[in-house]
Amino acid sequence: MVAADLLVAQNIGFGIIALLMIVAALRVVTVKNVVHAALWLVIVLSGAAAQYLLLSAEFVAITQVLVYVGAVMVLFLFGTMLTRAKIGAEADLNNKNWGIAVPVSLLMFGVITWVLIDGFGDERLPNPDEQTQVPIQVLSDDIFGPYLLPFWALSFVLLVAVIGAIVLARKD
Amino acid sequence: MNALLAADLPYWAQSLLRVLGGIVAVLLPAGTIVYVFLFKMMSFMQSRLGPMEAGPYGSLQLVAEVGKWLQKEDITPERADRFIFKIAPLVVLASTFLLVAVVPFGPDAWFTNFEAGVFYMLAVSSVSVLGILIAGWASANKYSLLGGLRAAGQLIAYELPMVLAVIGVIIQAGTMNLQQIVVAQNAGSIFGWDGLGNPYILTQFVGFIIFMIAVQAELTQTPFDMPIAESELVSGYMTEYSGFRFLTFFIAEFATAGVFALIASVLFLGGWGIPFAWFDWSTIDSVDDWMNVVGPLIMVTKMMLLAFIIMWVRFSYPRFREDQLQRFAWKALVPISLVNIMVTAILKVAF
Repeated sequence: MVAADLLVAQNIGFGIIALLMIVAALRVVTVKNVVHAALWLVIVLSGAAAQYLLLSAEFVAITQVLVYVGAVMVLFLFGTMLTRAKIGAEADLNNKNWGIAVPVSLLMFGVITWVLIDGFGDERLPNPDEQTQVPIQVLSDDIFGPYLLPFWALSFVLLVAVIGAIVLARKD
Repeated sequence: MNALLAADLPYWAQSLLRVLGGIVAVLLPAGTIVYVFLFKMMSFMQSRLGPMEAGPYGSLQLVAEVGKWLQKEDITPERADRFIFKIAPLVVLASTFLLVAVVPFGPDAWFTNFEAGVFYMLAVSSVSVLGILIAGWASANKYSLLGGLRAAGQLIAYELPMVLAVIGVIIQAGTMNLQQIVVAQNAGSIFGWDGLGNPYILTQFVGFIIFMIAVQAELTQTPFDMPIAESELVSGYMTEYSGFRFLTFFIAEFATAGVFALIASVLFLGGWGIPFAWFDWSTIDSVDDWMNVVGPLIMVTKMMLLAFIIMWVRFSYPRFREDQLQRFAWKALVPISLVNIMVTAILKVAF
């Protein structure tokens, strides 16, 4: 069992963070207060960032913090606080269709697991000490090289979404 | 001395030293800025002496103030969300500690040598918004909530010009690693003359101005202090806080000012370095060990200079209105910084 390439500390860290993420994810859907749910979601998303760090994917981890914790969750909280955010428990938070979410999330779990196993299988991450190139440079070379067209398409879709949102929001 | 600096410490000792160094690097600038600028400079600008009784020239006033705050009662409003109310100041302060982790103080005097340092700094600085928002919400007070919402709106609006202003520096340096940005500036030359290195404040002056304005807004210092506008919102999200929780907010505010001044000096003023040509250094490995001692002093000098500018603006200008503040960010700063990126990219390819 004691192999030279077994990263014990990383595995223990992964276990602790994963457990925390599962508990927090369950609290997101069971807690009786909108703002508390959002804050549990912050813990889930930061946990994901920590997992990326353990995989030595620091750029992805930082992007996760910048986009999800710093922007998306702040907008979530901003929106709920502007409209409805009482302090204390609220009774009518559950939608009556909540049962449908269970099979959907199980299906999602199955599909993502299958895709990951099918796509990567037994592949191993290269040892970070042996990498010669800076990971960020590899990443940007990939995005602006072979994946340039999808990148443009995504930017275009986002631009359309932004303009659409402005058109919908303007009254005049 | 050199032997001491070159000593190989075990990993745990290095980590311990870095944690202690981080605490010093957060608290020392905060205390200095509060005493030198908030107590003394503001008083002189208003034709008064400021604190004079505690210690020579009132220099121990800070100790007295901290003692005063620590012995005050820690009040939680009755209808507040107690747990969130209590952790909110800590979230804000944690963001400051995370921020200082990427600042390099010398060739080997760094906390973490992050490859994506600039990006990391932008990411963790936005975490403090969360703390401010939940502080405003959990206080169960409509002034606090308004202050929190204003702070969030303002910080989101000024995050963008800050990111865009830094991109000019990244393009010019060709790296996001703060340590390598320092090296690029000090090893650089201006049209072949390397007596000054190439501090990016010369080539990225527009970016520097935008960055400093965005920093002013991120710190919610006047003229961007809408979130804590005391004449209309009491003091915004901080209204209900007392005792050491208020102190935490207070330390976080000025420590973040210090850390942002440090980061600005790394990005635009050459950081810890002196022009490498003076001592015939070429790369970071050839830099002498004594720079690990001199470097932090240079950094602190530059930090005081930039903190002086931040505080000077703070005590000189009246407050923006909310709509002026948003219009200034979206219609002035963002377009200018986009043009700055374009021009920088074109010149980078041309030269």
